[in-house]
Amino acid sequence: MNTQTERWIDVGYLNDIPRRGARCVKVPGYTVALFRTGDDQVFALEDKCPHKNGPLSQGIVHDGCVTCPLHNWVISLATGEAQGADEGKVATIPVKLEGGRISIDIGVAAVRAA
Amino acid sequence: MKKKLVVIGNGMAPGRALETLFKKAPGDFDVTIFNAEPRVNYDRIMLSPVLSGEKTFEDIVIHDDAWYAEHGVTLLKGEKIVHIDREKKTVMSENGVTSPYDHLMIATGSTPIVIPVPGHDKNGVVTYRDLDDVDQMLEAAKKRKNAVVIGGGLLGLEAAAGLQMQGMNVTVLHLMPTLMERQLDPAAGYLLQRAIEDRDIRVITKANTHEILGDDEVTGVALDDGTVIPADIVVMAVGIKPSTAVAEAAGLEIGRGIIVDDAMRTSDPDISAVGECAEHRGMCYGLVAPLYDMAKTLAARLAGDETAAYTGSVTSTKLKVTGIDLFSAGDFAEAPDREEIVLRDAAAGVYKRLVLKDNRIIGVVLYGETKDGAWFFQMMKDGTDVSELRETLIFGQGYAGGAPLDPTAAVAALPDDGEICGCNGICKGDIVSAIAEQGLSTIDDVRAVTKASGSCGSCTGLVEQLLALALGDAYNPAAVQPMCPCTDLGHDDVRRLIVAKELKTIPAVMQELEWKTSCGCAKCRPALNYYLVATWPGEYEDDYQSRFINERVHANIQKDGTYSVIPRMWGGMTTPGELRAIADVAEKFNIPSVKVTGGQRIDLLGVQKEDLPAVWADLNAAGMVSGAAYAKGLRTVKTCVGTDWCRFGTQDSTGLGIKIEKMMWGSWTPHKVKMAVSGCPRNCAEATCKDFGVICVDSGYELHFAGAAGMHIKGTEILCTVATEEEALEYCAATVQLYREQGRYLERIYKWADRVGHDTVRAQIVEDQERRNLLYRRFLYSQKFAQIDPWAERVAGKDWREFTPMSDISRLEAAE
Ligand code: SRM
Ligand SMILES: Cc1cc2nc3c(=O)[nH]c(=O)nc-3n(C[C@H](O)[C@H](O)[C@H](O)COP(=O)(O)OP(=O)(O)OC[C@H]3O[C@@H](n4cnc5c(N)ncnc54)[C@H](O)[C@@H]3O)c2cc1C
Ligand code: SF4
Ligand code: FES
Repeated sequence: MNTQTERWIDVGYLNDIPRRGARCVKVPGYTVALFRTGDDQVFALEDKCPHKNGPLSQGIVHDGCVTCPLHNWVISLATGEAQGADEGKVATIPVKLEGGRISIDIGVAAVRAA
Repeated sequence: MKKKLVVIGNGMAPGRALETLFKKAPGDFDVTIFNAEPRVNYDRIMLSPVLSGEKTFEDIVIHDDAWYAEHGVTLLKGEKIVHIDREKKTVMSENGVTSPYDHLMIATGSTPIVIPVPGHDKNGVVTYRDLDDVDQMLEAAKKRKNAVVIGGGLLGLEAAAGLQMQGMNVTVLHLMPTLMERQLDPAAGYLLQRAIEDRDIRVITKANTHEILGDDEVTGVALDDGTVIPADIVVMAVGIKPSTAVAEAAGLEIGRGIIVDDAMRTSDPDISAVGECAEHRGMCYGLVAPLYDMAKTLAARLAGDETAAYTGSVTSTKLKVTGIDLFSAGDFAEAPDREEIVLRDAAAGVYKRLVLKDNRIIGVVLYGETKDGAWFFQMMKDGTDVSELRETLIFGQGYAGGAPLDPTAAVAALPDDGEICGCNGICKGDIVSAIAEQGLSTIDDVRAVTKASGSCGSCTGLVEQLLALALGDAYNPAAVQPMCPCTDLGHDDVRRLIVAKELKTIPAVMQELEWKTSCGCAKCRPALNYYLVATWPGEYEDDYQSRFINERVHANIQKDGTYSVIPRMWGGMTTPGELRAIADVAEKFNIPSVKVTGGQRIDLLGVQKEDLPAVWADLNAAGMVSGAAYAKGLRTVKTCVGTDWCRFGTQDSTGLGIKIEKMMWGSWTPHKVKMAVSGCPRNCAEATCKDFGVICVDSGYELHFAGAAGMHIKGTEILCTVATEEEALEYCAATVQLYREQGRYLERIYKWADRVGHDTVRAQIVEDQERRNLLYRRFLYSQKFAQIDPWAERVAGKDWREFTPMSDISRLEAAE
């Protein structure tokens, strides 16, 4: 695999995502879930639970984690790792929040899709 | 030869720089100040006390005319610089006054942001930055009544409090859900809002200003949702931006502010910038503490100290509204690698939260008691390792092994007329005095004497806490199972306290009941949301982020992330038109499976989330409403064909089923509710394994409750027999309402009835006619707000964000 350059893409406003909620961004090959916490931090994960591919974007967001809607695994937004006794990890995507606008590094995303 | 120092702007930053300079290098500089404001340097942060009338302008002057004379400073008041000539090294004012410089100090501060809504330029729209703004507000307060402040941040709230103290009716409009969200977490924001509202200031959050109304003069503000608030003056306090125009025109390097290095020099070494107009290491500051640090560095540099450097500041915030104590500093966002320590004292209105990372404080939010703010702030700036102090850290510097938190505090804080037992209408005062006067010492004594906790029993925990309060260690209440690790309280106590303390939002519950986390978890949030919806119909605003996905989108999530949609078929009846619409939808949206459910309706399985609104639009157009197919609410009312067709039918079972479903649909319940009506005891609709069932008989209707056929198979119990349909409907609604008021979240009707006793339910519904009637009316009242077809609402655009991806860049070519 070649070394990938960063490729930041603006995907919308912070206020497009409800607090303690999520929205999706479709990138080539898969879907990114963008989360906004109660205190306006933004995280990006692949929208695919490490357990059985549940759409994490549809879960309940709490304390820097999201609870998967299918079987209630709790996934850390910052590291993508399953919490507690469950084991697994979902890919995290670099994300930036600047002046209320969100961008993600699709360079990384493109590599993943390849 | 004295060097010529020219200063643009006469605010707090250059004021401090000059003071330091005159101490370090007296007589070295010949100083000229140009100030757009026609006055001496004053303490800008004290404008709020001037506005509120607690201070006068004279009280807040920092340097009076005598000071300038003493230091040989030429202060040109009301002279705004419009041009810098860097080649000739001169500046020129609007009025044409020029001055040469050896060194130029730019300290132009910031300009308030005015949001460009229609009408923003009308007379009566002011910002909040200088004494002229304060004078304008005071003038308005003398003659006029209504003020609107746009912006619920630090400045907006100070302006609001000031105008209120000057006798105006004040409304604060804030875009975000909680006040001062940049400095406070939602819990502290809730307390702040309560304190602001206690001063008769109206606060509207999530308020999007649409237009400022009026001809020349302001008359009101219209919001996006159509609300109009009358206003004679509108204060815009939505933020500031560094004033960089003159510097930019002179070709200096600009980012958000005027870019400076650690020596406070701009891209031209003969020009420095200081204060809010400067941008240092990517940061622009809006508070005085960092500006003073900058000023000190700049003065040292001018005095010849080549090593002086400014390296950035950590800031903290306080709100200067008399009687409100609030402090925040650092980063208080949640993240898994962080720990939080939360202390809530509901009775005292105190909330404290420390955010730790690697045993160091990285964020502090204090509300109600801020005396330890400076102590925490210092440890945060120093990066002190707090592992040793951890256990008692949150209690502050003065802590000397005080008592641990009292779990009965929430009950202790209730007023005497706070209701403890909802079934029998018994207040705290009744119980406390019965305990004292009659020497009661057990829960059974209290039940016998006051009836409290004698019916459904859900207030047992509260009564026990009252006993514990009265008897101290002599009483040892039975352990209750806490709702979740965020609290020590059980479901029943939380429910009763929501009612008794009139708690109407999730942050309110968490604060007043002393939640141990800042925003709850996936267990308690949906439960609290339900309790609030059920307790305060029409008042509580549903928090969708605290609902499970199926209730957010009114469809069921499937294993592959698609959804299933089940339109309601009243009593299992359908028509060719409806069937055609369902068939059309299935084809149009390529829905892979169509199935007849076990609940007498049709399931469309495998719908893409993005298609949901369009699918609903088509089904709605054919007259169908949401099945709320997988909600914790009414599912189906199964019926059989009854007297319409069946040779055994005794009553119109189909008709009654439809009436029940039309009455019940949309209501939120602790768990799902399933019903059925059979036309005779042959029971083709399986009414005897439902949450509520009706068996029609010759003499009327046999009512059943508390059955189930899922994980546990349970035949129903008979509630009673009634003679008319009207009675059947009333009993049905009353039973469900009782369950809505007493059931614990995720407890089916049969479990609730087991817990409180079937006879207790019968006593309340069958024997107590008045109570049944009240329950029935409460149910109907809450349905007024619940029977809104969620599909129609979403087709009309509600929560559209939920259904569309935020952005679709999947077509974008992958980077090579
Ligand atoms: C569609 C349906 C099966 C069917 O194809 O017929 C169905 C499908 C599901 N049922 Fe059911 N139940 C269906 C009738 C029933 C019935 C029979 C009935 O209602 O007459 C029962 C037993 C009766 C009862 O509830 O007492 C039933 C007992 C359950 C239970 C066990 C509940 C319990 O307390 O024991 C669950 C689990 C739960 O709710 O927690 C459940 C949960 C589910 C869920 C929602 C599981 C989930 O959360 O994803 C299923 C969704 C399937 C999907 O992916 O779409 N389903 N389920 C039926 C929908 C009826 C309707 O029109 O609304
Ligand atoms: C109501 C209010 C309450 C506040 N409360 C607090 C608080 O509690 N705590 C806190 O830390 N901070 C507070 N602040 C912020 C604090 O006042 C500012 O950070 C500080 O005053 C900025 O100082 P400065 O010297 O950079 O700019 P300023 O004090 O804004 O001074 C800039 C001056 O330059 C003049 N000027 C601008 N352009 C030109 C030009 N081209 N030519 C000549 N003159 C020009 C302006 O007229 C102004 O007088 C508050 C501010 C306000 C308005
Ligand atoms: S058994 Fe069912 S279908 Fe048959 S008569 Fe009774 S109600 Fe009608
Ligand atoms: S797929 Fe997420 S918990 Fe099972």
